[in-house]
Amino acid sequence: MNAEEAAPAGPDLSGIPPELSRSMYRDMLTARLLDDEAIALQRQGVFPAYVSLRGQEAAQVGSAAALDTATDFAFPTYREMAVALTMGVDMVGYLASHRALWHGGLYDPMESRFGPVNAVVGGPVPHAVGWALGESLRDGPGCAIAYFGDGASSEGDVHEAMNFAGVFGAPVVFFCQNNQWALSVPVEAQVAGGSVAARAAGYGMPGVRVDGQDVAAVYEATRAALRRARDGGGPTVIEALTYRVNPHSTSDDPGRYRDPAEERRWRERDPITLTRRALERAGHADTDFFDAAETGARAFCEAARDGVGNAPHPAGSDLFSHVYREPTEALRRQQRVWRDEVGP
Amino acid sequence: MTELAVPADQAATATETSMQQAVNAALRTLLAEDPATLVFGEDVGRLGGVFRVTDGLQAEFGDRRVFDTPLAESAIIGLAVGLAMNGWRPVPELQFDGFAYPAVDQIVNQMARMHYRTRGAAPMPITLRLPSFGGIQAPEHHGESLEALFAHVPGLKVCAPSDPADAYGLLLQSVRADDPVIYMEPKARYWNRRAVRLGEPDLPIGASRTVREGRHATLVAWGAMVHRCEQAAELAAEDGVELEVLDLRWLKPIDTDGLAASVARTGRAVVVHEAPLTAGLGAEVSALVTEHAFASLRAPVQRVTGFDVPYPAGPLEPQYLPTVDRILLAVQRTLEF
Ligand SMILES: Cc1ncc(C[n+]2csc(CCOP(=O)(O)OP(=O)(O)O)c2C)c(N)n1
Ligand SMILES: [Mg+2]
Repeated sequence: MNAEEAAPAGPDLSGIPPELSRSMYRDMLTARLLDDEAIALQRQGVFPAYVSLRGQEAAQVGSAAALDTATDFAFPTYREMAVALTMGVDMVGYLASHRALWHGGLYDPMESRFGPVNAVVGGPVPHAVGWALGESLRDGPGCAIAYFGDGASSEGDVHEAMNFAGVFGAPVVFFCQNNQWALSVPVEAQVAGGSVAARAAGYGMPGVRVDGQDVAAVYEATRAALRRARDGGGPTVIEALTYRVNPHSTSDDPGRYRDPAEERRWRERDPITLTRRALERAGHADTDFFDAAETGARAFCEAARDGVGNAPHPAGSDLFSHVYREPTEALRRQQRVWRDEVGP
Repeated sequence: MTELAVPADQAATATETSMQQAVNAALRTLLAEDPATLVFGEDVGRLGGVFRVTDGLQAEFGDRRVFDTPLAESAIIGLAVGLAMNGWRPVPELQFDGFAYPAVDQIVNQMARMHYRTRGAAPMPITLRLPSFGGIQAPEHHGESLEALFAHVPGLKVCAPSDPADAYGLLLQSVRADDPVIYMEPKARYWNRRAVRLGEPDLPIGASRTVREGRHATLVAWGAMVHRCEQAAELAAEDGVELEVLDLRWLKPIDTDGLAASVARTGRAVVVHEAPLTAGLGAEVSALVTEHAFASLRAPVQRVTGFDVPYPAGPLEPQYLPTVDRILLAVQRTLEF
């Protein structure tokens, strides 16, 4: 798949309430600026490393905007910053993970209904199925959404999770961001048959491919999958075709494995530019709106940057506090050793 | 205690009960007392599990509370993690110990760490029931001793009952606890009946139990090896050697105080386990005794264990496992030191 194939026209906003299309634009823009901010913080030595989502804003915001944040639950990987933002997660707490204050982040994942940052590729996908099964066992209204990449789609856990979801008819959406690369490995060398969505058929559920640069298409596809799950129709696989225009992480050097021309082609299909044009075309937004969106996004990023930069490190002896809910005497002893021999 | 939850006939008087029946009764108690408790795994529903431990539970509690899953261990534990995050109290079964390996990522990287990763926000009250250890001359992978592997993992608690009464009490404790517990059922002892009274646990999590008192040496064991140590103690008594038998019950946390107190009385310790010698829990027990009862020790701690080879097939298995003779030889070594 190349950039030109992926989206002929650009987002069609006709089926989306104007206010929603504007708020999705605001979230995409804020995520973009916050992503830039995070990269800068890494360059300044505030973050040891960062994983950029640039290019994937439409896939993340469009899918997250379809969630009901009162009832649903998202299970992210390490690259879903724009999902967190759209769901209203405390972004200082989110970025705390990248500042290496606490691996899972310092936001409350239960309160936020956005699971902890999870670095095991594919690992959280079965959790989404368990969560969803738990919801249907009590006839609850919620759905789970599992985020994962094209690389993760090779993991046994993802296949096991899809099969479990199919067998149980669990209300879960498997949302694959096929960003064409898993670190240095292109999707052609990753996904036999070329399509993650096609695998859904083998697990007895619909699989759909959407243009991941088209926020409207992503939103509509996710909304349809969630509606289906909520109505008892079971799981769906969505494969959003997108592109990781930045390196895998701030430690990566894509010059070793891919052609910069490919990156350039995808940069031209920038999801934020496409959405802005669509908003203008549909008459949903004017210059004042775009100016205000930018001012708001900048203020938000500034506050988040200051917040995460100033956030205190958890005390070392805090490490012992959460290993168990009911701590063992042996661990309490080690906590005392830490305080005596290491520090506070 | 929820008096009603224990079948009246079992609560009132000692009854001949097998461990398989005791675990089944504990699951029944737990399913009855907390509607959030779920039992699931491979073949646990209509069949009642390959060891019949979940026999009748689906019929009694329905297929929402007790259900079969597809055959994939990693997803079974991943499912449990997600269910726990949605407020349930999962009690998954993995059919045989050797098939816990496909689930190790979910057990170690996810289940054991989720509470920590979320700074206590995500509840993780999962009890993984794992038919464990050898002694039934089963096919490859159907008899393994994984306690050292799991005891090494921060965030897990590990226990292994040795008799029906403890099997009942320890399972109640494990499932009611708000942390992930690996509950290892010694399959070699499933069918042995003992006259026991199934009741509420009378010792806290982490407490060992003195199965037999003695003053010449302490035998330390868990699971099926406790019974073997009792047999050894019985024989030694005929020669006037009085052996104390300490059932650790909990392999994480280990009852350091109980262990040290026993060795303080006897001055000698022999630790017995089925798992291979190297980096087995015998090494941990030995280190704890050295750290906490060094002044009382009159001989080095002896280890009687399996060997650093895979569990063997068929008739060699009984010879691989610690025998009464090898336990008595170790006792002799420590007494003659
Ligand atoms: C189980 C596991 N194996 C390997 C890694 C190292 N790793 C981190 S990200 C990554 C590539 C993942 O690619 P993909 O799933 O497509 O997600 P993307 O990074 O493109 O968002 C690898 C190999 C890991 N984190 N987890
Ligand atoms: Mg990828």
